[in-house]
Amino acid sequence: MTPSAIAAAFRAEAAKRVLITDGAFGTMIQNYKLQEADYRGAYALELDQKGNNDLLVLTRRDVVDTITRQYLDAGSDIVSTNTFNANTISQEDYGAVHLVREMNLAAADIARRAADDYAAKDGRPRFVAGAIGPTNKTLSLSPDVNDPGYRAIEYDDLKNVYKDQAGALLDGGVDFILIETIFDTLNAKAAIMAVKEVEEDRGAEIPVMISMTVTDMSGRNLSGHSVEAFWSSVRHAHPLTVGLNCAFGADLLRPHVQVISQIADALVMVYPNAGLPNDLGAYDEQPETTGGFIREWAEQSLVNVVGGCCGSTPPHIAAMAKAVEGYAPRPVPTNKPVLKLAGLDPFVMAA
Amino acid sequence: MTTPTATFVNIGERTNVTGSAAFKKLIMGGDYTKAIEVARAQVENGAQVIDVNMDEGLLDAHYAMTTFLKLIAAEPDIARVPVMIDSSKWSVIEAGIKCVSGKPIVNSISMKEGEAEFLKYARKVMNYGAAVVVMAFDETGQADTKERKIEICERAYKLLMGIGFPPEDIIFDPNVFAVATGIEEHNNYGVDFIEATREIRARCPHVHISGGLSNLSFSFRGNEVVRRAMHSVFLYHAIPAGMDMGIVNAGQLDVYDQIDPVLRTACEDVILNRDPEAGERLVTLAESFRGTDAVAEKAAEEWRGWEVVKRLEHALVKGIDAHVVADTEEARLEIFNRGGRPIEVIEGPLMDGMNVVGDLFGSGKMFLPQVVKSARVMKKAVAHLLPFIEAEKVAGTRAKGRIIMATVKGDVHDIGKNIVGVVLQCNGYEVIDLGVMVAWPNILKAANENDADMIGLSGLITPSLDEMVTVAEEMQRSEMTMPLLIGGATTSKVHTALRIAPKYDGPVVHVLDASRAVGVASTLMSDTQRDAFVLKTADEYEAVRIAREGKPQNLLATLDEARANGFGADFAQKPPAPRHPGLHVFDDWSLEDLRAYIDWTPFFRAWELAGNFPAILDDAVVGESARSLYADAQAMLDTIIAEKWLTARGMAGLWPCRRHGDDVIVHPDHSAETDAIAPAAANILAAAHVLPEHEVRLSFLRQQIRKREGRPNMCLADFIDPAGDWMGGFAVGIHGIDPHIARFQAEHDDYRDILLKALADRFAEAFAERLHLHVRTDLWGYAEGEQLTNEALVKEQYRGIRPAPGYPACPDHSLKPILFDLLGAEDAIGISLTESFAMLPTAAVSGFYFGHPDSQYFGVARIGQDQVEDYAGRRGIDLPTAERYLRPNLD
Repeated sequence: MTPSAIAAAFRAEAAKRVLITDGAFGTMIQNYKLQEADYRGAYALELDQKGNNDLLVLTRRDVVDTITRQYLDAGSDIVSTNTFNANTISQEDYGAVHLVREMNLAAADIARRAADDYAAKDGRPRFVAGAIGPTNKTLSLSPDVNDPGYRAIEYDDLKNVYKDQAGALLDGGVDFILIETIFDTLNAKAAIMAVKEVEEDRGAEIPVMISMTVTDMSGRNLSGHSVEAFWSSVRHAHPLTVGLNCAFGADLLRPHVQVISQIADALVMVYPNAGLPNDLGAYDEQPETTGGFIREWAEQSLVNVVGGCCGSTPPHIAAMAKAVEGYAPRPVPTNKPVLKLAGLDPFVMAA
Repeated sequence: MTTPTATFVNIGERTNVTGSAAFKKLIMGGDYTKAIEVARAQVENGAQVIDVNMDEGLLDAHYAMTTFLKLIAAEPDIARVPVMIDSSKWSVIEAGIKCVSGKPIVNSISMKEGEAEFLKYARKVMNYGAAVVVMAFDETGQADTKERKIEICERAYKLLMGIGFPPEDIIFDPNVFAVATGIEEHNNYGVDFIEATREIRARCPHVHISGGLSNLSFSFRGNEVVRRAMHSVFLYHAIPAGMDMGIVNAGQLDVYDQIDPVLRTACEDVILNRDPEAGERLVTLAESFRGTDAVAEKAAEEWRGWEVVKRLEHALVKGIDAHVVADTEEARLEIFNRGGRPIEVIEGPLMDGMNVVGDLFGSGKMFLPQVVKSARVMKKAVAHLLPFIEAEKVAGTRAKGRIIMATVKGDVHDIGKNIVGVVLQCNGYEVIDLGVMVAWPNILKAANENDADMIGLSGLITPSLDEMVTVAEEMQRSEMTMPLLIGGATTSKVHTALRIAPKYDGPVVHVLDASRAVGVASTLMSDTQRDAFVLKTADEYEAVRIAREGKPQNLLATLDEARANGFGADFAQKPPAPRHPGLHVFDDWSLEDLRAYIDWTPFFRAWELAGNFPAILDDAVVGESARSLYADAQAMLDTIIAEKWLTARGMAGLWPCRRHGDDVIVHPDHSAETDAIAPAAANILAAAHVLPEHEVRLSFLRQQIRKREGRPNMCLADFIDPAGDWMGGFAVGIHGIDPHIARFQAEHDDYRDILLKALADRFAEAFAERLHLHVRTDLWGYAEGEQLTNEALVKEQYRGIRPAPGYPACPDHSLKPILFDLLGAEDAIGISLTESFAMLPTAAVSGFYFGHPDSQYFGVARIGQDQVEDYAGRRGIDLPTAERYLRPNLD
């Protein structure tokens, strides 16, 4: 298998400094107050398309392109594709399953062009991460409280959904596959398997980025895995980055960032929300506040890549870029070969 | 969550249709609700991994496997442990693996259908992210002899390495076969397994060895006593050889030293194939054990005739645990029959007995070892009552207070913490012990979730002091208010006052030793005394801080001045080159030999009995207690040695070196000495902090306190000749303690738990002393004719020193990784380091050897910022890191 040159280039950049990824798309798009007609464009679709953000890459390319470039202006080294729900499961809700491949191709194209433009301008490399969301179905949990053994989807079906999306993103020109907002560890394992199958089909290494979402303060995700157990469960992907996103702001996320930072023999990427939402569902945390938290992380060498999730804006990203400037990136530890299994809790076998 | 580190893993076999008739019946009948309870009970009983097997001809194994795995995924108290997906059919395994969200073990794959099939499955396992059991099975069949087992496993290992399979994720099962079958060819099967295990572990680094034990005793079906004894004896020999997993019912193992000696010997003869008649003998002997209890009841003593309440009190005060469960049950029934509740057994006779113990301890008539023994009795009684109390569904007695205890992150020492925990429990406190290496989020979380009244932190090594400061900061950050208690060998009132108390607004109290713990805890829990005590302590600490600020500190010399006043050794006297330079590894140093080198005084100190050995045995106050403890220690030593509980592994290295400033430059490859670059050129390189690849820099610290005329500012480097010299390093560790500790803990036996840990520590120290002697008289050989008594050894009346990183002459613990790399200690003798540089196993010693006759111990003590900066440069670390490492030596 051909090793990835772009992954090597990324590691070289990450050895020099703390890198910056981008911020939220969803909350940025809300500001445009788009109408259903904006979303729908020229497509003849039966269902209401309002809120189908992933469709905008085909119908309002200008909006997605502008946001992407705003993040690059703010200092992002990585931009991600606007494809969180661009999969055949999520698009069923909009009756737009047949457009999924086009969405991924177009989203990748927008991010690729923007990244290449900025790299050409100042000579600093920019990277494109193809974002794969968790879908709205879970492999570990039953949606039916009366039947804990029921599953709304099976592993192979979900894996094929991911495989189609990853293939399309790569065809569209992304550098990495970003498996993000992982509520359910088994979903992520299916996504990893999907990428491995694509790798095998293409005979080339595909770098993956893995990002877990803790959903409670004890540091577990929805399927119940602690951060350590999660890392043991996905380490076989040999990811380019592993880390956390969404759920909390940088202050509440810190203890969990410390954990992943200590144990992961991969680069650590974390992109928290801009604090917690207020009563109206809006995010109030100011960029300087976020920047202050992130500076603490940088001081303690906790991270290699930072950015924002829900509620973050280009000024947040600029504040982060400023906060980490001059700090050494987290050194990536070399782990000893020790058997590490996982249930919901980690299990370590003595060497 | 703390991450437990396992050394032998019992894999639960109750959820295996081929291993459990009861489970099979439930699955065949479709009763998954009850089947889940089987899994739950297994985890509750301590299974660390559960094996799930649905291979039954009349069963749809796909359906049963996926259904069961999906159902247990919904039960967090089961799903917290990893799963072993067990099937002889790959399709069943693959269906199962798609339902498991953590990292499971696949059991199993083999080369039965050839290498291509084997690798195909191995790749899939790797992509699914699982560990794998590889059966010693190839195209021609199952491996039976030692040679076949080794050959197949090694071939499989090489194939797996070829596809990048992580070696630590490989578990070989070299096949446990039945012995004592009457067929001569089977006699050596036990030996074959054990010897193959040892060889496979040596040839295939990082792999694990597992096996299913029930096959071994197949000939004795129906005779559980004999089967249990065989399994225990087999593990007793297979574990030291490297078997670290087993499919075995943990409840059906006997404690090796409690097996009837005749039966034990007979089993041993069979398993180790000591003579051709062994099998026949065991078959004959087995008949006499059919249906009998293996452990003979001891004759009832006089006190056994007393009424039950008196018996319980007697047992508690004397620390006799033999009858406590029966007596507790009798007391419970008595109370039950007059309409009382089980909790009254605790509130009545048990607490009465413990009060007697508490009074005796408080008035100095009883000492810690007895208290710990009493606590063991109490724990067993409470463990017996707990199910009844819970069944009653009423709240238990309100403890006097609830205390979270933990040894902080990076530290593994817990003898002191366990003692404090026991003493507090004896006095009616509920102690939630989080164990060792506990990170601060878990401490805070446990405190919040359990609505704790206070937190107690413990640590032995100096980096733990920083970690305690972190915990205090984080408690402040989360706006906690509960008291924080600080204890452990390196902690002090001064450190607590200066560094910890200012970080946390709640009460912070340094607890000097276990005997103070109850007083502090009860005062903090008292409505009337608490506030006054908190104020008084805060004032005291403020006074310490003011005194510290106001106190004219010893003046420091500048680093340049200190260097100019360094120690001038006479290098005409330097030791000769070693007779045996390089590395020397000792896999299994005789414990019997080490026993003679044990220094007993620190042993008694660990139990808070003050006095020097042997005078302490005749001490008017603690003499009786010391004698009893000493007798128990001797008895346990006998057993440890006779049954080889522990293994002393150690190594020494002797290397050419030269001094460069306050550094010593070591050439670990001693042959490089001859073609080393010229000293002048080498020193230029060293000054630029660049060393050739074959050299290693050891940076030492120099005393900086201003000295009186004629007293030098010492540095360890002073003992080394800049023109070329020799030095050494060593590490020793005592392995194998974990299964015994686990057993004691399962038996609620704190006394033997602490006793064994304390003895292991003594063995480690004795080994360090013994190895130093061997180095002086033989390996290095500069003191060939040395003849010293043990007393003289203890007083260190010999030539040369062995300072340890983290101790006064060499206070930086972070030299340990460099020392360990020089020695290759982790690979050679299995000692590893935590992130705070504590050694694992816990009973371990490491250090450097200096052979110059003038070399001596000293304390570096306080150093100046100029030296910290210089040291950071020499070590190639940034200044904050250097400050962190050297914190105890800064102001």
